[in-house]
Amino acid sequence: MIPNIPLSYFFVVGTLMFFIGVFGFLTRRNLITILMSVELILNSVNINFVAVNRYLFPDNMHGHFFTIFIIAIAASEAAVAIAIILNIYRKFKTINVENVSEMKY
Amino acid sequence: MDFTYTILIPLIPLFSFLIIGFLHNKLSNTVASGIGITALTASFVMSYYTAYKYFFTTEKIDGAYQKIIGYNTVWLQFTENLHIDMGTLIDPISVMMLVVVSTVSLMVHIYSTGYMKGEDGFNRFYSFLSLFSFSMFGLVVSTNIFQMYVFWELVGVSSFLLIGYYYDKPSAVAASKKAFIVTRFADMFFLIGILTVGYITDTYDFLALTDPSGSAIAQGGGILFMGMSTMTWALILIFMGGAGKSAMMPFHIWLPDAMEGPTPVSALIHAATMVVAGVYLVARLFPVYSISAPDALEVVAYVGAISSLFAAIVATTQFDIKRVLAFSTMSQIGYMITALGVSGMHGHEGVGYMASMFHLFTHAMFKALLFLGAGAVIHAVHSNLMNEMGGLRKYLPVTHITFLIATLTIAGVPPLSGFFSKDEILVAAFHHDKFIFFIQLFVAGLTAFYMFRLYFRVFWNKEPHYHHTPHDAPMSMKFPLMFLAMFSFVAGFLPFNEWITVDGKAIEIHTEWVVAIPATLFGLIGIAIAMVMYKKETAIPDKISAAFGKFYKWTFNKFYFDEIYMFVTHKIIFNIVSKSVAWFDRNVVDATMDGIGHVTEKSAEMIKGLQSGQIQKYGFVFISGAIIIAIAFILNLFY
Amino acid sequence: MNILSLLVLVPVLTVAAILLAKDNKQTRLYSAVGMSIQLILSGILVYMYIQERNAGNTELMLFVKDYVWFESLNIHYAVGVDGIAVAMIALTSVIIFTGIFASWEVFNLHREFFISLIVLSTGVFGFFISLDLFTMFLFYEVAVIPMYLLIGIWGSGKKEYSAMKLTLMLMAGSALLLVGLLGIYMHSAPEGAPLTMNIMEIAKYDIPVEVQRFLFPFTFIGFGILGALFPFHTWSPDGHASAPTAVSMLHAGVLMKLGGYGAFRIAMFLLPEAANEQAWFFLLLTGGSVVYGALGAIKQKDLKYINAYSSVSHCGLILFGILMITKTAITGAIIQMISHGIMTALFFALIGMIYGRTHTRMIHEMGGLMKVIPFLGVAYVIGGLASLGLPGLSGFVAEMMIFAGSFEHADTFHRVLTIFAITAIVITAVYILRVVGILLLGPVKNKHFFELKDAKWWERLPLITLIAAIAFIGIAPFWIIELIDESLVPLMDKLLSIQ
Repeated sequence: MIPNIPLSYFFVVGTLMFFIGVFGFLTRRNLITILMSVELILNSVNINFVAVNRYLFPDNMHGHFFTIFIIAIAASEAAVAIAIILNIYRKFKTINVENVSEMKY
Repeated sequence: MDFTYTILIPLIPLFSFLIIGFLHNKLSNTVASGIGITALTASFVMSYYTAYKYFFTTEKIDGAYQKIIGYNTVWLQFTENLHIDMGTLIDPISVMMLVVVSTVSLMVHIYSTGYMKGEDGFNRFYSFLSLFSFSMFGLVVSTNIFQMYVFWELVGVSSFLLIGYYYDKPSAVAASKKAFIVTRFADMFFLIGILTVGYITDTYDFLALTDPSGSAIAQGGGILFMGMSTMTWALILIFMGGAGKSAMMPFHIWLPDAMEGPTPVSALIHAATMVVAGVYLVARLFPVYSISAPDALEVVAYVGAISSLFAAIVATTQFDIKRVLAFSTMSQIGYMITALGVSGMHGHEGVGYMASMFHLFTHAMFKALLFLGAGAVIHAVHSNLMNEMGGLRKYLPVTHITFLIATLTIAGVPPLSGFFSKDEILVAAFHHDKFIFFIQLFVAGLTAFYMFRLYFRVFWNKEPHYHHTPHDAPMSMKFPLMFLAMFSFVAGFLPFNEWITVDGKAIEIHTEWVVAIPATLFGLIGIAIAMVMYKKETAIPDKISAAFGKFYKWTFNKFYFDEIYMFVTHKIIFNIVSKSVAWFDRNVVDATMDGIGHVTEKSAEMIKGLQSGQIQKYGFVFISGAIIIAIAFILNLFY
Repeated sequence: MNILSLLVLVPVLTVAAILLAKDNKQTRLYSAVGMSIQLILSGILVYMYIQERNAGNTELMLFVKDYVWFESLNIHYAVGVDGIAVAMIALTSVIIFTGIFASWEVFNLHREFFISLIVLSTGVFGFFISLDLFTMFLFYEVAVIPMYLLIGIWGSGKKEYSAMKLTLMLMAGSALLLVGLLGIYMHSAPEGAPLTMNIMEIAKYDIPVEVQRFLFPFTFIGFGILGALFPFHTWSPDGHASAPTAVSMLHAGVLMKLGGYGAFRIAMFLLPEAANEQAWFFLLLTGGSVVYGALGAIKQKDLKYINAYSSVSHCGLILFGILMITKTAITGAIIQMISHGIMTALFFALIGMIYGRTHTRMIHEMGGLMKVIPFLGVAYVIGGLASLGLPGLSGFVAEMMIFAGSFEHADTFHRVLTIFAITAIVITAVYILRVVGILLLGPVKNKHFFELKDAKWWERLPLITLIAAIAFIGIAPFWIIELIDESLVPLMDKLLSIQ
């Protein structure tokens, strides 16, 4: 227990990670990097959950549950996403999102 | 007196229609015509029995023949008082019409076994004849005006079917269509008239309508417009319906074309029975006309007079013998209509009514005879045109004699029946309106002229070269000719003045020499002129027609009535109105609907760019939106 | 088992049977058997109904059954019939029965075709027996949607376009209708009382007039679109022209009557004040469309278009009669529904059969068909004569009742409008005789026509059935009037109590 780290520090880290993730998600063209950016966003949320749970409601574990839940989802999501990316690569010979626009209209 | 059985008079031909109609390709021709003739004979016998029973054995009340309801049942209820009934009304005119219809119809049935022999669709012909007889019987015994309308339409359709009998001949198809549509057009007015009368008087029943002391007849319905009451207008509308069926001006154009049908049909429908339905209609409603709408009766008189004059003039120039007879029919019906128009209700004033019915009766007999005679001629020479005839008296002796009798009858030569009936009409006109009287007198002369022109051209004059020698008709055709010729003699001596009057009471008639002498004289002059011009081949006719110049041409073309109608229907209604409606529907109404669809599609096209398929653009929009909402919450913009 | 529910169940079972069918022959056999049972059932229904009435049962609706279906919105599966519904059910069963025979020679995807057709009829039957606004709407949609598939897949010509147009326009109608129905539901009971979807319950309460004024156009136009209300009729010519025979028959014969029936049962009956107030406007539209449709038919060249326009005219007359709000006119309108249903089914069946032989529907390419296919020719002429209102056939009775009923209004507006509508009987004669003249009469135009065969038994059966029905109504109209007369009294009381 390190009492002298204020909660806001965690928030700063979480927010930074979140916006880095958003930035990466919006600007990167490579699907793998986009996936990584999404992971960043998810993990920023995880940090917030854990921190808030610890600081505000130390008696229950809801925040931790959510975190673990998100990690599990993220793992499966990554698996599915990579499978999709692999398939996209096979079909289009590229993993640049701009070239993959079959679903429009 | 029980007249319930009279319902069988129309029903028997109906059954024969159904039997022949359903089995028409199973029955042999002999059996089919046998069924038709048997049915008609049954109706014929019953009609004559009814006439005998009604005129001789039924008790008169207060010296007047009563109107008897033989049978009546409600068929279709509109409101409490307004309903279409089906039944039989027995009164002097319906009994007379039963006799006329059954006689002519039976004769035509017999005649057709010879005339139509070997025709394709012989059985069909007989089934239609039965249908027609059923409808016509139903019409004449109608107990209420809507029943009459029902059968009115049915005779119309039988007429359509029979005119179009040779349905692979385009001219016959056109003629049948024309007949149906023109009469239908007139029937529309009839229908409107019926509905109006129904709501003024609250009854369709003839007995209630025509009871001179009843409540219905006193209704005028208030002034509608042009200073005439609603009742007057309604009765004029009803008369328009009658004018359509009876080929009065301006609805006459279908009748000459209707001659495309087989000749027996022309004799039955377009000379003796159906075309006089209009006369019968006015006669049936006569008390209403006379008491509550004398103005309408004036219209009736003038329409009749003008039509008879018009038709007589046109008849002098036609070459198709059936068309001459058709115009003659129209002219004679004009007579009857005029006679009704100039008639009053009681006593000697009512002579016009009596004369009209009398002429209807005699005309039916002699005109049917003329048509059947013409049919025998056509049968012999296979042509309708009088240019291709001549000198036939040697080849067709029986036809010749009977035709001559009929021609003399229509020309009004005493003592044949036409003289008496026409004389009564002229007397009625003389006492009512001198102008109409002179028109009718002139028409009498013209009638004699054009009928003898026809007679001389066909039976005398120069003989053309016949491909094979014409020979007289078989017995089945001769018998009706002789039978009807006998009627032409006898009919004039029937005491119509005792039997058929408006109020059922006998009226006194006496010969008025002022009328009879000029009438006969005009007739004889007409005959004499015709004899000079046409007995031998001369150049006079051509000279005279040349002298008339334009007028002759106009007359020959029937004053271009057909062309006017053609123009109005085809050019204006079909091409302008109907085409523009169809265009409007496609290009305005439908285009609007399509337009709504297009607008939807176009707007979808415009906004579909947003669905770029680029996940990052979606993400950008999503996140910006989220941020904007977050900022809004932070700044408390929602409160 | 309630006999009314059987009417819905039999088609469903028939569909199940068709799913098991092995080939085309079995499919149509099952369909024919199923629909024959349906025909017999509706015959029994008519008989039972008359028995009940004769036994002195004066309930408004007979054979009522009510099951709660969705508690919180108070939606019930509520069924019951009065004389009008019974008459419409009889009509429907006759037409679906004949429709099956008219599609005897559908080979392409036959199973799916018959299933769609029967599902459609299920919707129609369900509609007529429903007493609950929601189930009624549900069945209505069930009837409309198979139409899209039937036209889009088995149609001819511009079938995709027509199917889309028809479905979209009818769906637009449904949308309006849904607003109307929900509006009625929302005001179906006084303040505080539980709301209800049951028509009979709603009818007991008077919906506030200002609400009625707002809802009436929605409901009336919503149903009116299906009943070919001018100017929303344009789906009909294209739709009919592209639809396969049996679908045209069912559509013009029955589905368009759903519009008229609904307009009367829902719009007029539940919203009587507004109906009386706004009738004049719709009278102008329908009176116009009577003449307009007839005029539009004169110059058409395609047989189906002619018939579609004639349907616009005749269906206009149905709504016209309903809007006149006199008992005679409404009786006439209901007879006109039945009469036109049968007549137009006859026409479309004949057109399908003629098309199957000559492979054209353009009247100018045909001629003299009477000579080569007399049975079909005579049937066509009879249909035509019924259509132009010949006495002794059904059209006459209906038209005369509508006209006579309309004339009961003594004011100039109604009189003039009626006279205007009466002119249509002449125009109808013109276009009918024109078609008969060109198509059937005259010399045979094409020498190939001499090889044409006249009707087969499965063609004769529906034609004879339909002609018999036309003649039956035309000759003995009093039976059918008796059937609907009593049921009309309470409806008329409600409508007239306002005047």
